[in-house]
Amino acid sequence: MTDRFVVGSFGEPGTMLAAVDALRGAGVAIHDVFAPYPVHGLDQAMGIRRSRLPLVTLLAGLGGLCFALAFQYYTAVFDWPLDVGGKPENSTLAFVPVCFELTVLIGGLGTVGAFLLRARLFPGKREQLAALGVTNNVFAIVTYAPRDANDDELARRIMLENGADEVEEREGST
Amino acid sequence: MSTGAMEPTAGTGPEIAPATRWIEGTPSLHRITTDISRPMEAKPGRGWWICFGIAGAAVLNLLGMVTYLFAKGIGIWGLNNAVGWAFDITNFVFWIGIGHAGTLISAILLLFRQKWRTSINRSAEAMTIFAVMCAGLFPLIHMGRPWDAFFIFPYFPNQRGPLWVNFRSPLVWDVFAISTYFTISLVFWYLGMIPDLATLRDRAVSGIKKFVFRILSMGWNGSQRTWSRYEIVSLVLAALATPLVLSVHSIVSTDFATSLLPGWHTTIFPPYFVAGAIYSGFGMVLTLLIITRQTMHLERYITTNHLEAMAKVTLLTGSLVGYAYATEFFNAWYSGNVYERFHFINRATGPYAWCFYLMVLCNVLTPQIFWWKRARRSIPLLFIASILVNVGMWFERFVIIVVSLHRAFLPSGWGMFYPTVFDVGILIGVFGLFFSLFLLFIRALPMIAMWEVKGVAND
Repeated sequence: MTDRFVVGSFGEPGTMLAAVDALRGAGVAIHDVFAPYPVHGLDQAMGIRRSRLPLVTLLAGLGGLCFALAFQYYTAVFDWPLDVGGKPENSTLAFVPVCFELTVLIGGLGTVGAFLLRARLFPGKREQLAALGVTNNVFAIVTYAPRDANDDELARRIMLENGADEVEEREGST
Repeated sequence: MSTGAMEPTAGTGPEIAPATRWIEGTPSLHRITTDISRPMEAKPGRGWWICFGIAGAAVLNLLGMVTYLFAKGIGIWGLNNAVGWAFDITNFVFWIGIGHAGTLISAILLLFRQKWRTSINRSAEAMTIFAVMCAGLFPLIHMGRPWDAFFIFPYFPNQRGPLWVNFRSPLVWDVFAISTYFTISLVFWYLGMIPDLATLRDRAVSGIKKFVFRILSMGWNGSQRTWSRYEIVSLVLAALATPLVLSVHSIVSTDFATSLLPGWHTTIFPPYFVAGAIYSGFGMVLTLLIITRQTMHLERYITTNHLEAMAKVTLLTGSLVGYAYATEFFNAWYSGNVYERFHFINRATGPYAWCFYLMVLCNVLTPQIFWWKRARRSIPLLFIASILVNVGMWFERFVIIVVSLHRAFLPSGWGMFYPTVFDVGILIGVFGLFFSLFLLFIRALPMIAMWEVKGVAND
C-alpha cells in the first residue's frame, strides 16, 4: 500500500525534538523519526511504548535452561549411566554450569533473533532512507498524514517553524 | 554533569568540578563520521604494512609448526610425565583472560552507564573475539588426536554409541562456557556495528563496497522505533554477558581447582582468576589503544582521560591479584598440609622461582605506580606498564600450571619442563595471529562506534 508522507530534515537533535513535540501537540500523527543515533527523550516525545523484547529473553532463557537440565539428566541417568568417582547419576549441582551457559546462549540468541524479526532487518535488505544522511548527521521526521491536504500543510508549517532545513512530500510504501 | 535547575549561579554556590569530556573539542556529527571512516577509506600506510608483515610471518610460522605438531604429536613440545600441561594450557588461559576486558568494557560498563566506554568498546570487543579465537586453538592442538576434537561436544547422531560427554567434568563445562562466550560476544559485537555499517554503506562509492555493507547492515535506516528496541536489546545482552564473563573464567579456574594438586586445589581460584583476567585484558587494551590512537591519529576520540580511567581499573584489579597471591601463601601455611606448604616454598625458592618473582614484579608492583595521576596520564609509562602486565600475567599462568605440576607429592614423580623451539614458536605464532586479525579489523571495520560517540558528543 502506498501512502503520502511529509518528510522534514533537521540538522540538530534539539530542534527535531521540539518539532516532534509541536507536531504531537497539534495532533499530527508521526510515522517515524530517523536519526544517526538514539536521541534521548525521543521515545517519550513520540509516545513509543517500552519494547517487550525482554519477555522473549525470559522465555528463550527458560527454554535453554529446561533443555540443558533435561538433556543432562537424560544422558547421565537414562541413556548411559556412568559411575564417575562415585558421584550420583543425577548430579544436579554439577549440571548447573552447563544449564547457566545454555540459558544465556539461547536467551541471547533468541532476543537478537526476535529483534531482527520485529524490526524487519535481514541480510541484504535494501535500505529505505527517509533523507540522505540519516545515518550520518541528519534527523528526519516523517509524518503520516493521509489524504487530507490541510494536514500536510499543518505538518509542513510546524516543521519549518521549528527549524527544519527542508520539508518535502513523498509517496512511499511502509 | 549539568542538572539544569540545580546548577548554582556563579560565585554563590559550592564549586562543582566540570564534567570530564570524553571527546576533545566539539566535532560536528559529520566530522565524527569522516574522522572514524578515514582509516578504512585511505590506503594503509607503511607502518601498517610493516606491522602486518611481521604479524603475518608469525602466522605462517604458526601454520607450519601446527602442521608439524599434527604430523608428529605433542611429544615435540617439552612435556613429560610430570608436566603434562605447559605452554599449551598457559596460552589458553592467557588468551581467554585477555578477552575479558572487552566484555567488561562493552557490557559491565554499559550497565553502569559509564560514558567513557563509547570510544573504546568496539576495539575492545574485537580484541575479545580475536583473543577467544586464539585461546580456542590450544585445547584443540593440545589433544593427542586433534581430528577427534568434535568428541568434546555432545552431538546427534551420537557415534560413540550411547556414551555421552561427562557433564560432571569442568572440562566439559569449559567447552560450553567458551562456545557460549564466543557466540554471545560475536553477536553483541556485530549487533553494535550494524548502525555504523549502514553509515559506511551510505558513504560507499564503489559498487562492491556498497554491496558488502548492504548485506552486513541488514537494511538499517535509523528508525527511532528500531533504535528504541535496539537499545533494549543491547541492555539485555549486556545483562546476559555480565554474569557470562564471570562464569567463563570461574569455570576455567575450576579446570584446576577441582583437582587435588597442591597449588591448584583451592577455593580462591574463581574470583582470583576473574580479577586476573580483567587485569590482563586491560593491559592488552591499553597496549592496542595506545598504538592505534598514535598511528591512526584518533587522539581526539581516545583521549588521555580514557587511558587514565583504564589505568585506574588496572590498579584495582592488579591489587586484587596481589591480594590473592598473598592469600594463597597464607592458607598454604595455615592448612598445615605438607604438600601445600612445600608447593608454595618451592614456588618462591625452587628452580622456577625467577618466574614467580617476575610475576610479582609485573603484576603486584608495576600497577602501584598508577596511584599517581601523573603516571596514569603519561603515555610512555602506560605503554611500558601495559606490556609488563601482559608479561606478568602470562607468567602467572605458567607458574600456576607448570610449577604446580613439576614437583607434586612424591619426589619420584618430579620433573622439569624446558620449552622446545615448538613451544616458543607456537607462542610467538599465536601473537602474530592475534595482531594480524586486529590489524585487518582496523582497516576493514569502524574501530570506534560512531553512533555511540555521536550520542556522547552532543551531551
